[in-house]
Amino acid sequence: MKAPGKSFHPVAAIIAWLAALLMFFPIFWMVLASFKTEAQAVQTPPVFFFHPTLENYTDIFARANYPLFAGNSIVISLGATAIMLVIAVPAAFAMAFYPTRRTRDTLLWMLSTKMLPAVGVLVPIYLIAKDTGLLDSRIALILIYMLSNLPIGVWMLFTFFRETPKAIIEASRIDGAGVWDSIRHVLLPLGLPGIASTALLSIILCWNEAFWSLNLSAHDAAPLTAFIASFSAPEGLFWAKLSAAATLATVPILLFGWFSQRQLVRGLTFGAVK
Amino acid sequence: MSGGRATLTVSSPRTGRFRSALRGKGGAVSTLPLIAPSVVLLLLWSIVPLAMTLWFSFRRYNLLNPMIHGFAGWSNYRFLFRDPALLSSLIVTVILVGAVLIVTVAFGAVLAAVFENNFPGRGVARVLMISPFFVMPTVSALIWKNLLMHPVNGLFAAIARGLGLAPLDWFATIPLTSIIVIIAWEWLPFAFLILMTALQSLDEEVLEAARLDGAGAIAMFRHIQVPHMGRAISVVIMIETIFLLGVFAEIYVTTAGGPGIVTTNLAFLIYQRALLAFNVGSASAAGVIAIILANIMAIFLVRTVARRLDV
Repeated sequence: MKAPGKSFHPVAAIIAWLAALLMFFPIFWMVLASFKTEAQAVQTPPVFFFHPTLENYTDIFARANYPLFAGNSIVISLGATAIMLVIAVPAAFAMAFYPTRRTRDTLLWMLSTKMLPAVGVLVPIYLIAKDTGLLDSRIALILIYMLSNLPIGVWMLFTFFRETPKAIIEASRIDGAGVWDSIRHVLLPLGLPGIASTALLSIILCWNEAFWSLNLSAHDAAPLTAFIASFSAPEGLFWAKLSAAATLATVPILLFGWFSQRQLVRGLTFGAVK
Repeated sequence: MSGGRATLTVSSPRTGRFRSALRGKGGAVSTLPLIAPSVVLLLLWSIVPLAMTLWFSFRRYNLLNPMIHGFAGWSNYRFLFRDPALLSSLIVTVILVGAVLIVTVAFGAVLAAVFENNFPGRGVARVLMISPFFVMPTVSALIWKNLLMHPVNGLFAAIARGLGLAPLDWFATIPLTSIIVIIAWEWLPFAFLILMTALQSLDEEVLEAARLDGAGAIAMFRHIQVPHMGRAISVVIMIETIFLLGVFAEIYVTTAGGPGIVTTNLAFLIYQRALLAFNVGSASAAGVIAIILANIMAIFLVRTVARRLDV
C-alpha cells in the first residue's frame, strides 16, 4: 500500500488506532471469554487477566459434532463458489469483450434479481426442496448459494475483465483460437487475480449466509451458522461455552479473510474506482 | 478452427443458429451460449418462485391443516393489510436500512480519510478494522447480545456501573437501535474498505496543492476527498441496500422481532407467518408485498445509483 511521501499525523494515528481497536474489541472479547470458566465469564467487574482454560473447547467437541458442521460449511461454500464461477466467467467474458446495447441492461437486471428478498420466495423454495427430497441436503444449499451469488459474481468478473486489454483476446482469436480456447488459455491466466477476488468474496458470503441455512437445514447439511444458532437459546446462559463455539465458527473464515484481504479489496469496488 | 475472422461467427453448428439474433454492433461473435446459462438460471431463480408465491398468495394453504384448501381470493391480502404488523414492519425495514446506511457511509468515509495518513502499524490497524466483515451475523448478534449488551453481566453494564450510571437494558429499552448498532458494526468495514480503496486513487498532487493553499484537513475532506468518493459511495449504498433489505439472522438471534413487534422487519414477519404459523397463504401474500417493495427500491437504486456506475 502506498505510504511514502506522506507525513505522520499523531491525531490521525490516535483516531485510526482507537477506531480499529473498538471495531475489533467484540471479537477479542469473544475469544477471551472462550478461555474463561463460566463463573469468570459472567463476573462483574469483568476480568481481563485470568488462568486460561480449555474446558469449554473440550466440552463442545465432546457434545456437538463440530467437524460435521465445519465440513458442511466448507463443502457448501467451495461447491457453490466453484459452480458459480463456471457459469459466471463465460458470461462476464462475453459482456466485457463483446458488449452489445443490451449488456448494461442485462447486468443491471442480474443485480436486481439479487434484490428479491429471500423471504419473499422462502415458501416456494422450501416446498420445492421438500418435494424433491432436498430439504436438509448440501445440494440444496449449494444451488441456492450459487444462484444468489451469481449476479455479484458476474458483475465483479465483468469489472475485472473489462480492464484486460481487448487486443490480447482479439489477437488470440485472429490466431485461430475458438471462444473456449481464448477463455481457457488467455482470459483465465490474465484474469486470475479478478477470478480469485470473486471467489474469495463468494466463499465469505456463503460461509456467513444465515437465512437459507437456518431455514433449509436441520442436521445433515447444517453448516456452522446453524451450529451457532443452536447455542443461542438453551445455551444462552453458558457464555464461556457459547464464546468457544462462536470462536470455532469464526476463526477459520477470519484467518482466511485476513490472508486474502488485499486481494479482496480489489474486487469489492465493482469498478467504482478507476 | 481454421483462422480468419470470417469463421469466428460460427464456432459450432449449434451456436450458429443464434448468431443473427445476438450479433452486437461491431461484434462478430455469438455470445449467446456464453451468457445464456447465467441468464436462464437467474430467470428461473427469479420467476419460478415468484410465480409460486403469487399463486399461493391467492390460495388457502396451511401446512398444519391440509383440509383447508381452495381459492382464497384476496382474503390473504385483506388479512395482511388489516394486520398492524405489516405497516410497522415496513417502517422498521426502512429505518433499519436507512440508519445503517447513514452510519456506515459517514463513519466509513471519515475513517477512510483518516487511514490515508501515514502512521505506525497502519496495516495491522486496517486488518483489525475490517475484521467484523468476516464474522457471521449469527455470531456477531450473539456476542453483542450476551457479552456486551446484557443488562446485568454484559461489559457495557459493567462500564456504566463503573462510571456510576444505571446500566442500560439495551434490548428492552432501545431494541431497534441496538440491532442497528450491531448491523452497522458488521457493515462499517465494507464501507470503509471500498471508500479507502477509492481514496487511494486520488492524485496526491491535488491534496498537496490544496495543502499549499492553506486548506485544513476538514476542508480537504469536504471539498476534495468526499467528491472523489462519489462513485464508491454509490456502490456501497447499492450493495448494502441489497443485503440490508433481507436482514434476518441478527433479529432471529437477539429479539425474535420483539418486544411486541418493534423490531420485526418485513423479512422476519414473513418468516413468522410462514414457518411459525405454517400459513403458506398469508406468508406468500406478505412475500408478494416484500417483492413489490424490493422492486420499488430496485428501480429507485438503479435509477439514481447504478446510473452513476460506468457499465
